[in-house]
Amino acid sequence: MTEYIMGNGAIAMGALKAGISFASGYPGTPSSEIIETIYKRKHEGVYLEWSVNEKAALEGAAAAAMSGARALVTMKQVGLNVASDPLMSLAYVGIKGGLVVVSADDPGPISSQTEQDTRRFADFARIPVFDPSSVEEAYEMIQDAFDYSEKYKTPVLFRPTTRVCHAYASVDIKDYDRPAVCEGFVRDSSKWVIFPRLSYINHGLIEERNVKIGKELSSYRFNTVEGISEKAVVTSGISYAYVKEALKDLKEVKLIKIATAYPFPEDFVLEALRGVKEAICIEELSPYLEEQILKTVGKYHLDTEVSGKINGRVAHNGENSVELSERVLRAFLDTDGKEEDTDKSDIPKVPARPPVLCAGCPHRASFYAVKQAAKGRKSIFCGDIGCYTLGNAMPLDMVDTCLCMGAGITMAQGFSHTNEDTACFAFTGDSTFFASGITGVVNAVYNEADIILCILDNSTTAMTGHQPHPGTGFNLSNGNTVKADIGKILEAAGVKKIITTDPLDHKRSVEAVKECLEEKGVRAVIFKSPCIAIERSDKKCAIDREECVNCKKCIHETGCPALIISEGNVTIDTTLCTGCGLCKNVCPKGAIGG
Amino acid sequence: MNKNILICGVGGQGTVLASRIIAASAMNMGEKVMSAETIGMAQRGGPVTSHVRIGNDVFSPLIPFGQADMILAFEPAEAVRNLKYLKKGGTVIVNTVPVKPVTESVKDTGYDGSAMTAYLKKEYKCVFADSDKTALKFGSTKFFNIIMLGIACGIGELGIDGTELVEQIKRSVPAKYLDINTEAFNEGLRTGEKYKGDQ
Repeated sequence: MTEYIMGNGAIAMGALKAGISFASGYPGTPSSEIIETIYKRKHEGVYLEWSVNEKAALEGAAAAAMSGARALVTMKQVGLNVASDPLMSLAYVGIKGGLVVVSADDPGPISSQTEQDTRRFADFARIPVFDPSSVEEAYEMIQDAFDYSEKYKTPVLFRPTTRVCHAYASVDIKDYDRPAVCEGFVRDSSKWVIFPRLSYINHGLIEERNVKIGKELSSYRFNTVEGISEKAVVTSGISYAYVKEALKDLKEVKLIKIATAYPFPEDFVLEALRGVKEAICIEELSPYLEEQILKTVGKYHLDTEVSGKINGRVAHNGENSVELSERVLRAFLDTDGKEEDTDKSDIPKVPARPPVLCAGCPHRASFYAVKQAAKGRKSIFCGDIGCYTLGNAMPLDMVDTCLCMGAGITMAQGFSHTNEDTACFAFTGDSTFFASGITGVVNAVYNEADIILCILDNSTTAMTGHQPHPGTGFNLSNGNTVKADIGKILEAAGVKKIITTDPLDHKRSVEAVKECLEEKGVRAVIFKSPCIAIERSDKKCAIDREECVNCKKCIHETGCPALIISEGNVTIDTTLCTGCGLCKNVCPKGAIGG
Repeated sequence: MNKNILICGVGGQGTVLASRIIAASAMNMGEKVMSAETIGMAQRGGPVTSHVRIGNDVFSPLIPFGQADMILAFEPAEAVRNLKYLKKGGTVIVNTVPVKPVTESVKDTGYDGSAMTAYLKKEYKCVFADSDKTALKFGSTKFFNIIMLGIACGIGELGIDGTELVEQIKRSVPAKYLDINTEAFNEGLRTGEKYKGDQ
């Protein structure tokens, strides 16, 4: 049946069609909707989980695949860094049932820390990678990925990019059956236990196998050549779509699409490059294809000039577009550019609109409480990954560092050991705490760091679309489950001072932080209040016009988007206000009520 | 049919539902549809865009610059921000009510959307809408996206039948809000029809 479906939805439906009976992942833009789609659609016989992090997701899936089941693991590209430990070893050990690891890349980056390239990871781990260029292709290709995985007994990477993950298209989605019951794990320590001897042997076998896979992929249906010309464009992924669009107005070129970057389909490329004098590589993230083409040209002494990112014809950073592709292609084909037809000099300056914490977000209140309590003290505020990274924006200005998941807790320790007389704060969300914060807390206690840990517990994984986590008491396989207690975990790790407070209770929250500031060692404040998108509030604040002197302190201190200036007066936008009351605590005139 | 429709605004204004209704309606009419949306960090009060592309000769989910037949802008500055997508002679349907970025409120730069509206009026084929009026009439701005759809349909350039859109609205909104959404759609339709042909 033809469905209008998101790229991530198509990947999910393709995996179900491929007969998965295990799927796990950790939320991360742009990958989160894959697990969510499986959850919403028919999936009897499929075990499904949001894992605590990507490493756990892959390790669980590895065991399922070793038992003969087909398993899917999903994450964003930086999640693959977390899962890289099991991935590298699993590449040596291998699997039985097909195992596909979806690692969604994010050129731009739009919602990520890095512009890393999963194709490099495939090369590094010596495992195949599939790179879909459209939603339709993603649906088909994920099924192929499972077949290759099972045929060659290796985990396979599947790397869509944001514009494939979050694009929608009409796709013919086929019906699928309940997966067959897997054979079950068969003990064989010479196979499943990684020892130096096994790694040595398998390393050799893997390199031999990859040559074979490269040959087989040379006739893979999604590695394609279109047109005849001495000038060729080599591309992959969504860049293929941009190039196709740009070529509508340009003359004929040979268009080479490489959907399997590793093992490189060398025979296919050699054939495609026949008669080509000049080739330009248009790809996002790293110049992976360009390097492989250069290698091939050198190896076979081809008379083909290769350009792309390495010689500066294509930008290294940022996402590609039809416009950028067209500019590159016009220069490559010596075609004049389109004339700019209108004078844009009188266009008014558009205001910047950076993302901000929502009106009523409890994180704003938590940050503000810490800011008030730490006023006048030398402090370092370590942030982390989640909505609360937005605490960096003015006027809160409460995030001095942000590195990667869980790093806030450990970085605060590093600062405490190197910066005297400085209060070192770590802000960590609940999902991040479970994902990779707990070990950091244990490290802090063990090594006697002097930090104040602020857990911003909003009972969800908000930024990626409100996925459940161990603290929510809800899982995808059974619904209700045991609720992990952050306070008890901290206590068990040896944290002596733990205060739980509602951040919307401003006075008590400030007191809690002040109390922690008076002590030494590892102290923790758990700021507990649900995300406003989970527990809707009908409450509204109201400004007493008689009392308000329009000093705008509420706006300048909190930066709440519900506080606006209307006809010269500070006004509450009641469509946004949740009645959190933070502004009431800020107003020097007591003019805000409700 | 070949149509490119860009829908833009600020996170939370209902742009995504509007784009899904257009896309699904076109699909029900047997058209090939592709679209792209802003998801993730940018949603938190940042600018959002949905690109809807209808037709066979389409590859990129994002509309190339200068090819949008129509921009449905839920906020005046967002209309201006996305003008690069509009084709020559294309139409801008724009809400004149500004959403002030927090940074503007903090710095008191006085952005009120009027410079944007004035510029659009001077340079482009425009249809103006007012979400404050929607809020007064329908009790909430949340029906404004449906009004925008009505306008787009009313000016006769969307290429999608009104009945198809209404059918899709029925499938997309909770039953208890169906009447008020239908009313909102018709209100938009009447506004759009006034502009039909004589912009």
